[in-house]
Amino acid sequence: MKNLRLPIFLGTMMMGLAFAEGPEFSAADTAWMLVATGLVLLMTPALAFFYGGMVRSKNALNTMMMSFSALGFVAVAWALLGYTLALSGDGNFIGDLRYMFLNNVGMENKGAIAEITIPHMLWMIFQGTFAIITAALVSGAVVERMRFPAFLLFITLWGLFVYAPIAKWVWGGGFLADLGAWDFAGGTVVHINSGIAAVVAALVLGARKDFGRQAILPHNVPFVLLGAALLWFGWFGFNAGSAWAASATAGLALTNTILAPAATIVVWSLIDLMRTGRVTAVGLATAIVVGLVVITPAAAFVSPFFALVMGAIGAFPSYYVLLWRAKSGMDDSLDVFAAHGVGGITGAILTGVFAQESVNGLFNGLIGGNPAQVLIQAFAVLIAVVYSGAMTFVLLKLVGAITPLKVPVKEEGVGLDITQHGEEAYTSGEGAILVKSEAPMPVARPKPVGGTD
Amino acid sequence: MKLIVAIVRTEKLNDVLEALFKAEVRGISISRVQGHGGETERVETYRGTTVKMELSEKVRLEIGVSDHFVEPTVRAILAGARTGEVGDGKIFVLPVEKVYRIRTGEEDTAAVTPVS
Repeated sequence: MKNLRLPIFLGTMMMGLAFAEGPEFSAADTAWMLVATGLVLLMTPALAFFYGGMVRSKNALNTMMMSFSALGFVAVAWALLGYTLALSGDGNFIGDLRYMFLNNVGMENKGAIAEITIPHMLWMIFQGTFAIITAALVSGAVVERMRFPAFLLFITLWGLFVYAPIAKWVWGGGFLADLGAWDFAGGTVVHINSGIAAVVAALVLGARKDFGRQAILPHNVPFVLLGAALLWFGWFGFNAGSAWAASATAGLALTNTILAPAATIVVWSLIDLMRTGRVTAVGLATAIVVGLVVITPAAAFVSPFFALVMGAIGAFPSYYVLLWRAKSGMDDSLDVFAAHGVGGITGAILTGVFAQESVNGLFNGLIGGNPAQVLIQAFAVLIAVVYSGAMTFVLLKLVGAITPLKVPVKEEGVGLDITQHGEEAYTSGEGAILVKSEAPMPVARPKPVGGTD
Repeated sequence: MKLIVAIVRTEKLNDVLEALFKAEVRGISISRVQGHGGETERVETYRGTTVKMELSEKVRLEIGVSDHFVEPTVRAILAGARTGEVGDGKIFVLPVEKVYRIRTGEEDTAAVTPVS
Protein backbone atom coordinates (compact mmCIF):
# COMPACT_ATOMS: atom_id res chain seq x y z
CA MET A 1 0.00 0.00 0.00
CA LYS A 2 1.12 3.49 -0.76
CA ASN A 3 2.52 5.37 2.15
CA LEU A 4 0.03 8.19 2.21
CA ARG A 5 0.34 10.76 4.92
CA LEU A 6 -2.61 9.46 6.80
CA PRO A 7 -3.35 10.14 10.41
CA ILE A 8 -6.69 8.74 9.31
CA PHE A 9 -5.13 5.28 9.15
CA LEU A 10 -4.59 5.63 12.83
CA GLY A 11 -8.21 6.45 13.47
CA THR A 12 -9.31 3.64 11.22
CA MET A 13 -7.18 1.14 13.07
CA MET A 14 -8.37 2.35 16.42
CA MET A 15 -11.98 1.98 15.38
CA GLY A 16 -11.08 -1.60 14.65
CA LEU A 17 -12.41 -1.28 11.14
CA ALA A 18 -11.54 -4.48 9.33
CA PHE A 19 -13.55 -3.97 6.17
CA ALA A 20 -11.92 -3.22 2.88
CA GLU A 21 -14.43 -0.53 1.85
CA GLY A 22 -12.70 2.12 3.87
CA PRO A 23 -13.95 4.27 6.71
CA GLU A 24 -17.54 5.36 7.16
CA PHE A 25 -18.86 8.83 6.63
CA SER A 26 -18.60 10.92 9.79
CA ALA A 27 -20.80 13.90 10.52
CA ALA A 28 -18.46 15.06 13.29
CA ASP A 29 -15.44 15.03 11.02
CA THR A 30 -17.40 16.82 8.31
CA ALA A 31 -18.50 19.52 10.74
CA TRP A 32 -14.93 20.22 11.81
CA MET A 33 -13.60 20.18 8.24
CA LEU A 34 -16.27 22.66 7.12
CA VAL A 35 -14.94 25.05 9.75
CA ALA A 36 -11.28 24.23 9.07
CA THR A 37 -11.70 24.97 5.35
CA GLY A 38 -13.08 28.39 6.17
CA LEU A 39 -10.20 29.01 8.58
CA VAL A 40 -7.53 28.17 6.01
CA LEU A 41 -9.25 30.36 3.42
CA LEU A 42 -9.09 33.26 5.91
CA MET A 43 -5.30 32.99 5.94
CA THR A 44 -5.05 34.51 2.47
CA PRO A 45 -6.82 37.80 3.32
CA ALA A 46 -4.84 37.71 6.58
CA LEU A 47 -1.65 37.51 4.54
CA ALA A 48 -2.88 40.51 2.54
CA PHE A 49 -2.90 42.56 5.77
CA PHE A 50 0.41 41.11 6.98
CA TYR A 51 2.12 42.00 3.70
CA GLY A 52 0.06 45.14 3.01
CA GLY A 53 1.16 46.76 6.25
CA MET A 54 4.82 46.15 5.49
CA VAL A 55 4.98 48.10 2.22
CA ARG A 56 4.84 51.84 1.57
CA SER A 57 1.37 53.39 1.46
CA LYS A 58 1.60 54.01 -2.29
CA ASN A 59 1.79 50.23 -2.85
CA ALA A 60 -0.59 49.04 -0.13
CA LEU A 61 -3.48 48.09 -2.42
CA ASN A 62 -1.25 46.43 -4.99
CA THR A 63 0.34 44.26 -2.32
CA MET A 64 -3.00 43.29 -0.80
CA MET A 65 -4.46 42.63 -4.25
CA MET A 66 -1.73 40.08 -4.94
CA SER A 67 -3.09 37.91 -2.13
CA PHE A 68 -6.74 38.64 -2.82
CA SER A 69 -6.45 37.77 -6.49
CA ALA A 70 -4.99 34.37 -5.58
CA LEU A 71 -8.41 33.68 -4.01
CA GLY A 72 -9.78 33.81 -7.55
CA PHE A 73 -7.12 32.76 -10.00
CA VAL A 74 -5.47 29.95 -8.04
CA ALA A 75 -8.80 28.59 -6.78
CA VAL A 76 -10.22 28.34 -10.30
CA ALA A 77 -7.03 26.72 -11.62
CA TRP A 78 -7.15 24.25 -8.71
CA ALA A 79 -10.74 23.23 -9.43
CA LEU A 80 -10.24 22.85 -13.17
CA LEU A 81 -6.86 21.12 -13.24
CA GLY A 82 -4.69 21.53 -10.15
CA TYR A 83 -6.58 19.15 -7.89
CA THR A 84 -6.38 16.25 -10.30
CA LEU A 85 -2.68 16.87 -10.99
CA ALA A 86 -1.94 16.92 -7.26
CA LEU A 87 -4.17 14.31 -5.72
CA SER A 88 -5.13 11.53 -8.09
CA GLY A 89 -3.77 8.35 -9.61
CA ASP A 90 -0.99 5.93 -8.77
CA GLY A 91 1.79 7.95 -10.40
CA ASN A 92 4.86 8.84 -8.43
CA PHE A 93 5.33 12.27 -9.98
CA ILE A 94 2.05 13.68 -11.24
CA GLY A 95 -1.64 12.82 -11.05
CA ASP A 96 -3.81 11.75 -13.96
CA LEU A 97 -6.81 13.65 -15.30
CA ARG A 98 -9.62 11.69 -13.68
CA TYR A 99 -10.83 14.69 -11.64
CA MET A 100 -10.33 17.29 -14.35
CA PHE A 101 -13.08 19.96 -14.26
CA LEU A 102 -14.12 18.26 -11.00
CA ASN A 103 -15.44 15.20 -12.80
CA ASN A 104 -15.89 12.29 -10.39
CA VAL A 105 -15.54 14.53 -7.36
CA GLY A 106 -18.70 13.62 -5.51
CA MET A 107 -20.43 14.21 -2.21
CA GLU A 108 -19.64 10.81 -0.76
CA ASN A 109 -16.56 10.03 1.28
CA LYS A 110 -15.28 7.80 -1.51
CA GLY A 111 -13.27 8.23 -4.67
CA ALA A 112 -10.49 10.41 -3.27
CA ILE A 113 -6.90 9.25 -3.31
CA ALA A 114 -6.89 9.11 0.48
CA GLU A 115 -9.26 7.39 2.84
CA ILE A 116 -11.52 10.08 4.24
CA THR A 117 -14.62 10.28 6.35
CA ILE A 118 -15.83 13.55 4.85
CA PRO A 119 -17.32 14.35 1.43
CA HIS A 120 -14.77 14.06 -1.37
CA MET A 121 -15.84 17.49 -2.57
CA LEU A 122 -15.12 19.08 0.82
CA TRP A 123 -11.70 17.43 0.92
CA MET A 124 -10.95 18.77 -2.57
CA ILE A 125 -11.75 22.34 -1.60
CA PHE A 126 -9.96 22.05 1.77
CA GLN A 127 -6.83 21.09 -0.19
CA GLY A 128 -7.56 23.96 -2.58
CA THR A 129 -7.27 26.55 0.18
CA PHE A 130 -3.67 25.35 0.70
CA ALA A 131 -2.83 25.95 -2.96
CA ILE A 132 -4.26 29.48 -2.71
CA ILE A 133 -2.25 30.56 0.34
CA THR A 134 0.96 29.00 -1.02
CA ALA A 135 0.79 30.96 -4.26
CA ALA A 136 -0.12 34.13 -2.36
CA LEU A 137 2.91 33.71 -0.09
CA VAL A 138 5.28 34.09 -3.04
CA SER A 139 3.98 37.62 -3.68
CA GLY A 140 5.99 38.98 -0.74
CA ALA A 141 9.15 38.71 -2.84
CA VAL A 142 7.92 40.79 -5.78
CA VAL A 143 5.95 43.60 -4.15
CA GLU A 144 6.30 47.27 -5.15
CA ARG A 145 7.56 46.47 -8.64
CA MET A 146 5.81 43.60 -10.46
CA ARG A 147 3.26 44.33 -13.18
CA PHE A 148 -0.10 43.04 -12.04
CA PRO A 149 -1.13 41.17 -15.22
CA ALA A 150 2.22 39.36 -15.23
CA PHE A 151 1.71 38.44 -11.57
CA LEU A 152 -1.76 36.99 -12.26
CA LEU A 153 -0.44 34.80 -15.06
CA PHE A 154 2.54 33.75 -12.95
CA ILE A 155 0.62 32.59 -9.86
CA THR A 156 -1.97 30.76 -11.94
CA LEU A 157 0.76 28.76 -13.71
CA TRP A 158 2.73 28.38 -10.49
CA GLY A 159 -0.24 26.84 -8.68
CA LEU A 160 -0.57 24.26 -11.46
CA PHE A 161 3.02 23.41 -12.29
CA VAL A 162 4.96 23.98 -9.09
CA TYR A 163 2.48 23.52 -6.25
CA ALA A 164 0.49 20.59 -7.64
CA PRO A 165 3.46 18.29 -8.45
CA ILE A 166 5.11 18.82 -5.07
CA ALA A 167 1.77 18.19 -3.34
CA LYS A 168 1.56 14.96 -5.33
CA TRP A 169 5.03 13.81 -4.27
CA VAL A 170 4.44 14.42 -0.58
CA TRP A 171 0.68 13.96 -0.06
CA GLY A 172 -0.57 12.19 -3.18
CA GLY A 173 1.36 8.95 -2.69
CA GLY A 174 4.27 10.17 -4.77
CA PHE A 175 7.93 9.24 -4.48
CA LEU A 176 8.72 11.39 -1.44
CA ALA A 177 5.89 9.74 0.49
CA ASP A 178 7.15 6.30 -0.58
CA LEU A 179 10.56 7.26 0.69
CA GLY A 180 9.12 7.87 4.14
CA ALA A 181 9.36 11.66 4.31
CA TRP A 182 6.70 13.06 6.63
CA ASP A 183 5.04 16.44 6.29
CA PHE A 184 1.95 16.79 8.44
CA ALA A 185 0.38 20.01 7.22
CA GLY A 186 2.65 21.41 4.53
CA GLY A 187 6.10 22.46 5.73
CA THR A 188 7.64 21.25 2.48
CA VAL A 189 4.70 21.58 0.12
CA VAL A 190 3.65 25.04 1.27
CA HIS A 191 6.47 26.80 3.07
CA ILE A 192 9.76 25.55 1.64
CA ASN A 193 8.12 25.63 -1.77
CA SER A 194 6.95 29.26 -1.52
CA GLY A 195 10.14 30.37 0.26
CA ILE A 196 12.40 29.09 -2.50
CA ALA A 197 10.10 30.39 -5.23
CA ALA A 198 10.35 33.78 -3.50
CA VAL A 199 14.15 33.81 -3.73
CA VAL A 200 14.06 32.95 -7.42
CA ALA A 201 11.33 35.51 -8.14
CA ALA A 202 13.26 38.24 -6.29
CA LEU A 203 16.40 37.46 -8.30
CA VAL A 204 14.66 37.19 -11.68
CA LEU A 205 12.76 40.46 -11.19
CA GLY A 206 15.63 42.36 -9.67
CA ALA A 207 15.50 44.82 -6.81
CA ARG A 208 13.25 47.84 -6.42
CA LYS A 209 14.84 51.09 -7.55
CA ASP A 210 15.03 52.40 -3.98
CA PHE A 211 16.29 49.13 -2.47
CA GLY A 212 19.57 49.70 -0.66
CA ARG A 213 19.43 53.43 -1.43
CA GLN A 214 16.61 54.60 0.78
CA ALA A 215 14.95 53.29 3.89
CA ILE A 216 11.76 51.53 2.86
CA LEU A 217 9.58 51.37 5.95
CA PRO A 218 6.31 49.59 6.74
CA HIS A 219 3.44 52.06 6.37
CA ASN A 220 1.06 50.40 8.83
CA VAL A 221 2.51 48.22 11.58
CA PRO A 222 -0.92 47.60 13.19
CA PHE A 223 -1.93 45.95 9.88
CA VAL A 224 1.10 43.69 10.20
CA LEU A 225 0.03 42.64 13.70
CA LEU A 226 -3.58 42.19 12.60
CA GLY A 227 -2.42 40.02 9.71
CA ALA A 228 -0.22 37.89 11.97
CA ALA A 229 -3.12 37.39 14.40
CA LEU A 230 -5.52 36.33 11.65
CA LEU A 231 -2.88 34.05 10.13
CA TRP A 232 -2.46 32.33 13.49
CA PHE A 233 -6.24 31.91 13.82
CA GLY A 234 -6.49 30.50 10.29
CA TRP A 235 -3.54 28.21 10.98
CA PHE A 236 -5.68 26.22 13.43
CA GLY A 237 -7.62 25.06 10.38
CA PHE A 238 -4.41 24.55 8.45
CA ASN A 239 -2.72 22.31 11.04
CA ALA A 240 -5.58 20.80 13.04
CA GLY A 241 -7.63 20.49 9.85
CA SER A 242 -4.84 18.41 8.34
CA ALA A 243 -5.99 15.58 10.60
CA TRP A 244 -9.04 15.50 8.27
CA ALA A 245 -11.06 14.52 11.31
CA ALA A 246 -12.43 15.83 14.59
CA SER A 247 -9.94 13.61 16.35
CA ALA A 248 -7.35 13.45 19.08
CA THR A 249 -4.78 14.05 16.34
CA ALA A 250 -6.49 17.36 15.56
CA GLY A 251 -6.38 18.24 19.24
CA LEU A 252 -2.65 17.58 19.39
CA ALA A 253 -2.06 19.61 16.22
CA LEU A 254 -4.00 22.58 17.58
CA THR A 255 -2.19 22.47 20.91
CA ASN A 256 1.16 22.46 19.15
CA THR A 257 0.01 25.26 16.85
CA ILE A 258 -0.43 27.47 19.90
CA LEU A 259 2.65 26.38 21.83
CA ALA A 260 5.31 26.48 19.10
CA PRO A 261 4.72 30.12 18.04
CA ALA A 262 4.47 31.03 21.73
CA ALA A 263 7.99 29.69 22.26
CA THR A 264 9.20 31.48 19.12
CA ILE A 265 7.77 34.78 20.42
CA VAL A 266 9.67 34.35 23.70
CA VAL A 267 13.00 33.44 22.10
CA TRP A 268 12.68 36.04 19.33
CA SER A 269 11.91 38.76 21.90
CA LEU A 270 14.91 37.73 24.00
CA ILE A 271 17.24 37.84 20.98
CA ASP A 272 15.79 41.27 20.13
CA LEU A 273 16.36 42.43 23.72
CA MET A 274 19.93 41.21 23.88
CA ARG A 275 20.88 42.57 20.48
CA THR A 276 19.21 45.98 20.55
CA GLY A 277 17.65 46.43 23.99
CA ARG A 278 14.17 46.65 22.47
CA VAL A 279 11.46 44.18 21.50
CA THR A 280 9.91 45.23 18.18
CA ALA A 281 6.32 44.83 16.97
CA VAL A 282 7.25 43.87 13.40
CA GLY A 283 9.70 41.38 14.92
CA LEU A 284 7.04 39.82 17.11
CA ALA A 285 4.60 39.52 14.21
CA THR A 286 7.35 37.83 12.20
CA ALA A 287 8.10 35.48 15.12
CA ILE A 288 4.48 34.29 15.16
CA VAL A 289 4.67 33.37 11.49
CA VAL A 290 8.07 31.69 11.87
CA GLY A 291 6.84 29.61 14.81
CA LEU A 292 3.76 28.55 12.86
CA VAL A 293 5.85 27.58 9.84
CA VAL A 294 8.29 25.57 11.96
CA ILE A 295 5.58 23.49 13.65
CA THR A 296 3.54 22.92 10.47
CA PRO A 297 5.31 19.74 9.25
CA ALA A 298 5.41 18.33 12.79
CA ALA A 299 2.06 19.51 14.16
CA ALA A 300 0.66 16.08 15.06
CA PHE A 301 3.95 14.16 15.08
CA VAL A 302 5.62 15.65 18.17
CA SER A 303 4.55 16.05 21.77
CA PRO A 304 3.55 19.51 23.04
CA PHE A 305 6.83 19.75 24.96
CA PHE A 306 8.87 19.20 21.80
CA ALA A 307 6.59 21.66 19.98
CA LEU A 308 7.84 24.25 22.47
CA VAL A 309 11.42 23.14 21.80
CA MET A 310 10.91 23.34 18.02
CA GLY A 311 9.39 26.80 18.26
CA ALA A 312 12.28 27.99 20.39
CA ILE A 313 15.01 26.55 18.16
CA GLY A 314 13.20 27.74 15.06
CA ALA A 315 13.61 31.40 16.01
CA PHE A 316 17.38 31.41 15.50
CA PRO A 317 17.91 30.52 11.81
CA SER A 318 15.11 32.78 10.59
CA TYR A 319 16.20 35.69 12.81
CA TYR A 320 19.75 35.65 11.52
CA VAL A 321 18.83 35.02 7.89
CA LEU A 322 16.56 38.10 8.16
CA LEU A 323 19.48 40.20 9.34
CA TRP A 324 21.72 38.86 6.58
CA ARG A 325 19.08 39.30 3.87
CA ALA A 326 18.54 42.98 4.63
CA LYS A 327 22.23 43.63 3.99
CA SER A 328 22.48 41.42 0.92
CA GLY A 329 21.59 42.61 -2.55
CA MET A 330 18.62 40.26 -2.76
CA ASP A 331 15.35 42.15 -2.66
CA ASP A 332 13.09 39.43 -1.25
CA SER A 333 11.15 42.42 -0.05
CA LEU A 334 9.01 40.93 2.71
CA ASP A 335 11.41 38.11 3.67
CA VAL A 336 9.37 35.20 2.42
CA PHE A 337 12.58 33.16 2.32
CA ALA A 338 13.66 33.91 5.89
CA ALA A 339 10.21 33.24 7.34
CA HIS A 340 8.82 30.46 5.15
CA GLY A 341 11.85 28.98 3.38
CA VAL A 342 14.22 28.87 6.33
CA GLY A 343 11.42 28.23 8.85
CA GLY A 344 10.09 25.42 6.65
CA ILE A 345 13.49 23.77 6.32
CA THR A 346 14.10 24.04 10.06
CA GLY A 347 10.70 22.51 10.73
CA ALA A 348 11.12 19.68 8.23
CA ILE A 349 14.51 18.66 9.67
CA LEU A 350 13.35 19.01 13.29
CA THR A 351 10.34 16.83 12.48
CA GLY A 352 12.88 14.10 11.78
CA VAL A 353 14.49 14.82 15.14
CA PHE A 354 11.58 15.14 17.57
CA ALA A 355 8.88 12.83 16.13
CA GLN A 356 7.92 10.01 18.47
CA GLU A 357 5.92 6.94 17.57
CA SER A 358 4.46 6.99 21.08
CA VAL A 359 2.85 10.31 20.14
CA ASN A 360 1.92 9.89 16.49
CA GLY A 361 1.60 6.13 16.13
CA LEU A 362 3.39 6.27 12.79
CA PHE A 363 7.14 6.81 12.97
CA ASN A 364 10.07 7.73 15.18
CA GLY A 365 12.57 10.51 14.70
CA LEU A 366 16.10 10.87 16.06
CA ILE A 367 15.07 11.03 19.71
CA GLY A 368 12.95 7.94 19.19
CA GLY A 369 16.05 6.10 18.02
CA ASN A 370 15.63 6.56 14.27
CA PRO A 371 18.39 8.94 13.11
CA ALA A 372 17.82 7.96 9.47
CA GLN A 373 14.58 9.95 9.53
CA VAL A 374 16.58 13.18 9.67
CA LEU A 375 18.32 12.28 6.42
CA ILE A 376 15.07 11.31 4.72
CA GLN A 377 13.55 14.65 5.77
CA ALA A 378 16.64 16.50 4.48
CA PHE A 379 16.44 14.67 1.17
CA ALA A 380 12.79 15.66 0.70
CA VAL A 381 13.76 19.26 1.48
CA LEU A 382 16.50 19.14 -1.15
CA ILE A 383 14.15 17.79 -3.83
CA ALA A 384 11.56 20.47 -3.08
CA VAL A 385 14.21 23.21 -3.15
CA VAL A 386 15.61 22.10 -6.49
CA TYR A 387 12.26 21.59 -8.21
CA SER A 388 10.59 24.72 -6.86
CA GLY A 389 13.62 26.86 -7.70
CA ALA A 390 14.07 25.52 -11.22
CA MET A 391 10.39 25.54 -12.21
CA THR A 392 9.75 29.00 -10.77
CA PHE A 393 12.65 30.28 -12.87
CA VAL A 394 11.26 28.65 -16.02
CA LEU A 395 7.74 29.97 -15.40
CA LEU A 396 8.94 33.53 -14.76
CA LYS A 397 11.01 33.47 -17.96
CA LEU A 398 7.97 32.17 -19.82
CA VAL A 399 5.67 34.86 -18.41
CA GLY A 400 8.38 37.46 -19.08
CA ALA A 401 8.48 36.40 -22.73
CA ILE A 402 4.73 37.00 -23.00
CA THR A 403 4.44 40.25 -21.06
CA PRO A 404 6.94 42.45 -19.17
CA LEU A 405 7.39 41.43 -15.53
CA LYS A 406 8.42 44.74 -14.04
CA VAL A 407 6.91 48.23 -14.08
CA PRO A 408 9.02 51.10 -15.46
CA VAL A 409 11.13 52.93 -12.85
CA LYS A 410 8.94 56.04 -13.06
CA GLU A 411 5.83 54.06 -12.18
CA GLU A 412 7.67 52.54 -9.25
CA GLY A 413 8.19 56.11 -8.03
CA VAL A 414 4.52 57.05 -8.34
CA GLY A 415 3.48 53.77 -6.72
CA LEU A 416 1.72 50.72 -8.08
CA ASP A 417 -1.68 51.51 -6.55
CA ILE A 418 -2.21 54.38 -8.97
CA THR A 419 -0.34 52.97 -11.97
CA GLN A 420 -1.57 49.36 -11.80
CA HIS A 421 -5.02 49.73 -10.27
CA GLY A 422 -6.11 53.38 -10.64
CA GLU A 423 -6.97 53.52 -6.95
CA GLU A 424 -5.38 54.83 -3.78
CA ALA A 425 -5.42 53.21 -0.36
CA TYR A 426 -5.77 56.45 1.55
CA THR A 427 -7.39 59.23 -0.40
CA SER A 428 -9.21 62.23 0.99
CA GLY A 429 -11.17 62.65 -2.19
CA GLU A 430 -10.19 66.31 -2.28
CA GLY A 431 -9.84 67.59 -5.79
CA ALA A 432 -11.65 64.57 -7.25
CA ILE A 433 -14.05 65.51 -10.00
CA LEU A 434 -16.85 63.13 -10.89
CA VAL A 435 -16.68 61.75 -14.41
CA LYS A 436 -20.20 61.07 -15.68
CA SER A 437 -19.32 58.81 -18.59
CA GLU A 438 -16.62 56.29 -19.33
CA ALA A 439 -15.68 58.28 -22.45
CA PRO A 440 -12.36 60.09 -22.21
CA MET A 441 -12.73 63.57 -20.78
CA PRO A 442 -12.36 66.53 -23.12
CA VAL A 443 -9.07 68.21 -22.35
CA ALA A 444 -10.52 71.63 -21.72
CA ARG A 445 -8.13 73.94 -19.90
CA PRO A 446 -7.70 75.93 -17.81
CA LYS A 447 -10.09 74.53 -15.27
CA PRO A 448 -11.15 76.40 -12.18
CA VAL A 449 -9.13 74.86 -9.43
CA GLY A 450 -10.26 74.65 -5.85
CA GLY A 451 -13.92 75.33 -6.65
CA THR A 452 -16.66 73.99 -4.44
CA ASP A 453 -18.51 71.82 -6.97
CA MET B 1 18.87 86.48 2.94
CA LYS B 2 16.36 84.65 0.83
CA LEU B 3 13.52 82.23 1.51
CA ILE B 4 13.50 79.40 -0.98
CA VAL B 5 10.14 77.70 -1.40
CA ALA B 6 10.07 74.59 -3.53
CA ILE B 7 7.18 72.32 -4.49
CA VAL B 8 8.39 68.86 -5.51
CA ARG B 9 7.07 65.37 -6.16
CA THR B 10 6.63 63.29 -3.02
CA GLU B 11 8.58 60.41 -4.52
CA LYS B 12 11.54 62.73 -5.25
CA LEU B 13 11.73 64.12 -1.72
CA ASN B 14 14.41 61.68 -0.65
CA ASP B 15 16.57 62.57 -3.66
CA VAL B 16 16.13 66.28 -2.95
CA LEU B 17 17.05 65.89 0.72
CA GLU B 18 20.10 63.86 -0.23
CA ALA B 19 21.21 66.57 -2.69
CA LEU B 20 20.59 69.32 -0.12
CA PHE B 21 22.58 67.57 2.60
CA LYS B 22 25.42 67.08 0.12
CA ALA B 23 25.31 70.82 -0.61
CA GLU B 24 25.48 71.37 3.16
CA VAL B 25 22.07 72.96 3.38
CA ARG B 26 20.70 71.92 6.74
CA GLY B 27 17.84 74.19 7.82
CA ILE B 28 14.72 72.80 6.17
CA SER B 29 11.01 72.62 6.87
CA ILE B 30 8.76 70.43 4.78
CA SER B 31 5.00 70.11 4.57
CA ARG B 32 2.65 67.88 2.63
CA VAL B 33 0.51 69.87 0.26
CA GLN B 34 -1.96 69.20 -2.52
CA GLY B 35 -1.89 71.21 -5.68
CA HIS B 36 -2.39 71.41 -9.36
CA GLY B 37 0.34 72.25 -11.81
CA GLY B 38 -0.90 71.18 -15.22
CA GLU B 39 0.14 67.54 -15.08
CA THR B 40 -2.03 64.97 -16.83
CA GLU B 41 -5.00 64.01 -14.73
CA ARG B 42 -5.16 60.68 -13.01
CA VAL B 43 -8.42 58.82 -13.51
CA GLU B 44 -9.44 56.53 -10.68
CA THR B 45 -12.43 54.25 -10.35
CA TYR B 46 -14.15 53.12 -7.17
CA ARG B 47 -17.03 50.68 -7.74
CA GLY B 48 -18.21 52.30 -10.92
CA THR B 49 -17.60 55.82 -9.71
CA THR B 50 -14.98 57.27 -11.99
CA VAL B 51 -13.21 60.39 -10.81
CA LYS B 52 -10.56 62.66 -12.17
CA MET B 53 -8.01 63.59 -9.53
CA GLU B 54 -7.33 67.29 -10.09
CA LEU B 55 -5.05 67.70 -7.09
CA SER B 56 -1.78 65.87 -6.70
CA GLU B 57 0.12 65.21 -3.51
CA LYS B 58 3.28 67.31 -3.37
CA VAL B 59 5.88 68.24 -0.82
CA ARG B 60 6.64 71.88 -0.06
CA LEU B 61 10.11 72.73 1.21
CA GLU B 62 10.98 76.01 2.90
CA ILE B 63 14.61 76.92 3.30
CA GLY B 64 15.97 80.19 4.66
CA VAL B 65 19.50 80.84 3.35
CA SER B 66 22.10 83.57 3.19
CA ASP B 67 22.66 85.06 -0.27
CA HIS B 68 25.67 83.02 -1.31
CA PHE B 69 23.82 79.81 -0.47
CA VAL B 70 20.94 80.52 -2.85
CA GLU B 71 22.57 79.08 -5.92
CA PRO B 72 23.84 75.80 -4.48
CA THR B 73 20.46 75.25 -2.84
CA VAL B 74 18.52 75.86 -6.04
CA ARG B 75 20.90 73.67 -8.01
CA ALA B 76 20.54 70.84 -5.50
CA ILE B 77 16.74 70.98 -5.70
CA LEU B 78 16.80 71.10 -9.50
CA ALA B 79 19.05 68.07 -9.65
CA GLY B 80 17.15 66.09 -7.03
CA ALA B 81 13.59 66.80 -8.09
CA ARG B 82 13.75 66.62 -11.86
CA THR B 83 12.21 63.71 -13.78
CA GLY B 84 11.59 65.61 -17.03
CA GLU B 85 7.83 65.07 -16.92
CA VAL B 86 5.16 67.71 -16.34
CA GLY B 87 4.54 67.93 -12.61
CA ASP B 88 8.10 68.16 -11.36
CA GLY B 89 7.23 71.32 -9.41
CA LYS B 90 8.52 74.87 -8.90
CA ILE B 91 11.16 76.75 -6.98
CA PHE B 92 10.44 80.27 -5.71
CA VAL B 93 13.16 82.50 -4.32
CA LEU B 94 11.72 85.23 -2.07
CA PRO B 95 13.40 88.19 -0.44
CA VAL B 96 13.41 88.13 3.35
CA GLU B 97 13.19 91.25 5.46
CA LYS B 98 14.43 89.93 8.76
CA VAL B 99 15.40 86.63 10.38
CA TYR B 100 15.78 85.82 14.08
CA ARG B 101 17.09 82.67 15.68
CA ILE B 102 14.78 82.17 18.63
CA ARG B 103 17.27 80.35 20.86
CA THR B 104 19.99 83.02 20.81
CA GLY B 105 18.31 86.09 19.40
CA GLU B 106 20.88 86.20 16.57
CA GLU B 107 19.72 88.13 13.53
CA ASP B 108 19.85 87.83 9.75
CA THR B 109 22.80 86.00 8.22
CA ALA B 110 23.99 84.74 11.59
CA ALA B 111 20.53 83.34 12.21
CA VAL B 112 20.49 81.23 9.02
CA THR B 113 24.07 79.99 9.36
CA PRO B 114 24.03 76.44 10.74
CA VAL B 115 25.59 75.91 14.14
CA SER B 116 28.86 74.12 13.50
